[in-house]
Amino acid sequence: MTQSTSVEHGSGHESQGFWRTYLFSQDHKTIGIQYAITSLLFLLFGFTLMMIMRWQLAYPGQPIPLIGKFLGEANAPDGIMLPEFYNQLGAMHGTIMIFLGVVPLGVGAFGNFVMPLQIGAPDMAFPKLNMMSYWVYFAGGVTMLGSFLLPGGAANSGWTSYPPLSDIATIGQTAWLIGMFFLITSSLLGSINFIVTIVQLRAPGMTFMRLPFFVWAQLVTSFLLLLAFPPLEAAACLQLMDRLAGTSFFLPSGLVVSGQVVQASGGGSPLLWQHLFWFLAHPEVYVLILPAMGIVAEIIANNTRKPLWSYRSLVYSTLFLGFMSFIVWAHHMYITGMGTTLGTFFQVTTMIISIPSVVILAVLIVSLWGGSIRFTTPMMFACAFLPMFGIGGLTGLPLGLAPTDIPLHDTYYVIGHFHYIVAPGSIFALFAGVYYWFPKATGRRMNDTLGKIHFWGSLICINTIFMPMFIQGLAGVSRRLYDGGAQYAHAQGVLSLNLVMSVAAWSLAIFQIPFIINFFVSIRKGKKVGDNPWDATTLEWATSSPPPHGNFIRPVEVYRGPHEYSVPGAARDFLPQNDPA
Amino acid sequence: MNIPYTSEVRPDTGVYNAKLGIWLFLASEVMLFGGLFSAYIFLRTGAATWPHGWEILNIPLATTNTVVLISSSVTMVMAWASLAGGNFARFRRFLGTTVALGVAFLAIKGMEYGMKFEHGLFPATNTFLAIYFTLTGLHGLHVIGGMIVNVYLLGPGSKMWRKDPQRFTNRVEVAGLYWHFVDLVWIFLFPVLYLL
Amino acid sequence: MSDSHPVDVRTHVKAYIIVFAALLGLTALTVSVAMLHLSTGEAVIIALFIASIKGSLVACFFMHLLSEKRLIPILLAFTVFFFFALLLLPTAEVFSRGG
Repeated sequence: MTQSTSVEHGSGHESQGFWRTYLFSQDHKTIGIQYAITSLLFLLFGFTLMMIMRWQLAYPGQPIPLIGKFLGEANAPDGIMLPEFYNQLGAMHGTIMIFLGVVPLGVGAFGNFVMPLQIGAPDMAFPKLNMMSYWVYFAGGVTMLGSFLLPGGAANSGWTSYPPLSDIATIGQTAWLIGMFFLITSSLLGSINFIVTIVQLRAPGMTFMRLPFFVWAQLVTSFLLLLAFPPLEAAACLQLMDRLAGTSFFLPSGLVVSGQVVQASGGGSPLLWQHLFWFLAHPEVYVLILPAMGIVAEIIANNTRKPLWSYRSLVYSTLFLGFMSFIVWAHHMYITGMGTTLGTFFQVTTMIISIPSVVILAVLIVSLWGGSIRFTTPMMFACAFLPMFGIGGLTGLPLGLAPTDIPLHDTYYVIGHFHYIVAPGSIFALFAGVYYWFPKATGRRMNDTLGKIHFWGSLICINTIFMPMFIQGLAGVSRRLYDGGAQYAHAQGVLSLNLVMSVAAWSLAIFQIPFIINFFVSIRKGKKVGDNPWDATTLEWATSSPPPHGNFIRPVEVYRGPHEYSVPGAARDFLPQNDPA
Repeated sequence: MNIPYTSEVRPDTGVYNAKLGIWLFLASEVMLFGGLFSAYIFLRTGAATWPHGWEILNIPLATTNTVVLISSSVTMVMAWASLAGGNFARFRRFLGTTVALGVAFLAIKGMEYGMKFEHGLFPATNTFLAIYFTLTGLHGLHVIGGMIVNVYLLGPGSKMWRKDPQRFTNRVEVAGLYWHFVDLVWIFLFPVLYLL
Repeated sequence: MSDSHPVDVRTHVKAYIIVFAALLGLTALTVSVAMLHLSTGEAVIIALFIASIKGSLVACFFMHLLSEKRLIPILLAFTVFFFFALLLLPTAEVFSRGG
């Protein structure tokens, strides 16, 4: 019987050859970096789809310059985008950004790389499973990308895939469903691994109330992925049956398509899909935002040089938020003619869930108070996250109440709202995380000047993209119009904003170039740093940069809370968690 | 490098890694079947007419299958108990029986499917049959998955017994937890689809 | 179950046999009740009640839920709560429509 303890993992840097070291690695740090690079590429790809769409919105019906002729005759004859292609781009932009970009970056990349280090674990609890979850995610991504090559192109029923449209859509929708099976499997494997690791592999002395907030965010996120994704898997099974076996789970009786009654047994309900889909997709919003909040909390504590203001309210709010996120989903469905009884239930739960969100934001803002703030690049992104998430959150309140949601539903107001949460919210926090943990992963620092150009350019452009959407939405312009509303009389007054937003989107792309250059050049040429360049307290900074296989040369023990900065009487302005002094 | 608590229990949580892992997986499975049962309730309460299961489906075959699957659960847990008691030969007999009962379950299920197809009853025929085939089909896939694991533990996987008996016993316990869950799902599927 | 010794296992086995018999008995019961062709409401309540007992027996004895420490029961309690929300709220929502 081998009694394995965390003691015997010294410098186990056994050479495993190229394939096992870089490609089929079971080391959580390598897998984290694989996730990071893959998901950043997907973010760039999803953004590119949107930039093509923004041409069509700014100049409806005009040939797309440069790339127009490479889009294919079936999609854009003579470089002019067809409405069907616009629908593909829209559906795949959403799918790619959420399921292949932000979530894998926030959970797969940062969770994988940082979390085991922060709890003092040698690796994830199930390293093989960890490797598998990356490759299953990769397969899902390839399936989604490959679907563009199918006859009829990729899925074109929106990222929500509402039936009956999705039931009768082109074969790209089947590929979408299969891709989702891969992605769901990947996140199930990942979330099981994360929870077991956090519960079982915490170093001695690392009690739950000493966990860095980032780890708490990952724990709650994993539970959301674990319990909310399976109902979508069930719904995807049913939709696949509808499409392949001719069942009618989502097809009502007597459905008419193009003047013809659809030959199906009928008796199904499109509302069933909406319920099962939003049972996942509302918790999914918190999957997008919680890792971001975790990153921001760590960076704020580190750069204000003081403990987070009320760590406990942060933790309890996150737990409560996670719990409530399972029973608010139908606030996405007011427009379907919901009755007042259950409508009231979902409005009340929606208002209740805004409380912990506000508590978290308040804790992070108050944490800034009285600190001697270091405005490093990660801190700039983290600070910008706060008002951006605030705007996103507050503009969401009118959407949580049926009387105000009904006129705003499916307008650009909604697009503006959730993009404020996910783009200048989550993605800014993820950028902050890249700048913050880059020295740990590579042993080198990213360039600060390029970082600040990236930051200010992105901040200005991203607000110029999303702020006008609120104006368009309040004027009643619907989302998913391939001419941006040009045919509608009520849209004429705000139509000129389309060009402003498009130019801002293309400029945003230009401001990502400093980041891309900075990222790749700094891997080789960045300024060399020691183990703890930010004078931080959490355990990932207690080992070398980059950490060895097995993470810690000597076993770590934890003596204190996660953010003990500026402790009165201490020799330095920070006390690492493993410092017994 | 060794991952802690792969075979021994972590004192403050009371479990080893794989046991927590499988319970988390089963929690997600509860939600998967929860979504499907939810669809069943949703469609049935919304339907103008809904057939009784016994009018269309074969109760004697399904009852036999229930007995087969419950028996396989007992032999599975006996296989684990044999290992915990240190009796490897007995473990092999019980796990072998479990696999055989799994085969029997699938064979009977296949017969049922065949009979439906012969009578021209397909998933596309009506919503009842659609949900019947989807639920039992997905359950059947779970049975197949469990059998693959059991066959592995019976064959190549059992080499671990000599090197690390505690960890191997844990593996059998974990496989058992999954297998009992598949049984548990059937315990609910049987009345819901056939008897109501 | 890391340090179960032979005596422990023998009492386990006895429990398994009793549970097995109970499961078979309840299967026979639920099938015979179904043969009575009760009204749908009654049939649903009885069938689900029997299935719940059978399910609990499997979970408590075969899956050793009774002897687990707090962690796993807490996990399952949350899962069951969300399970019922998922099971009942969609149908309740559609039913509460109407006028």
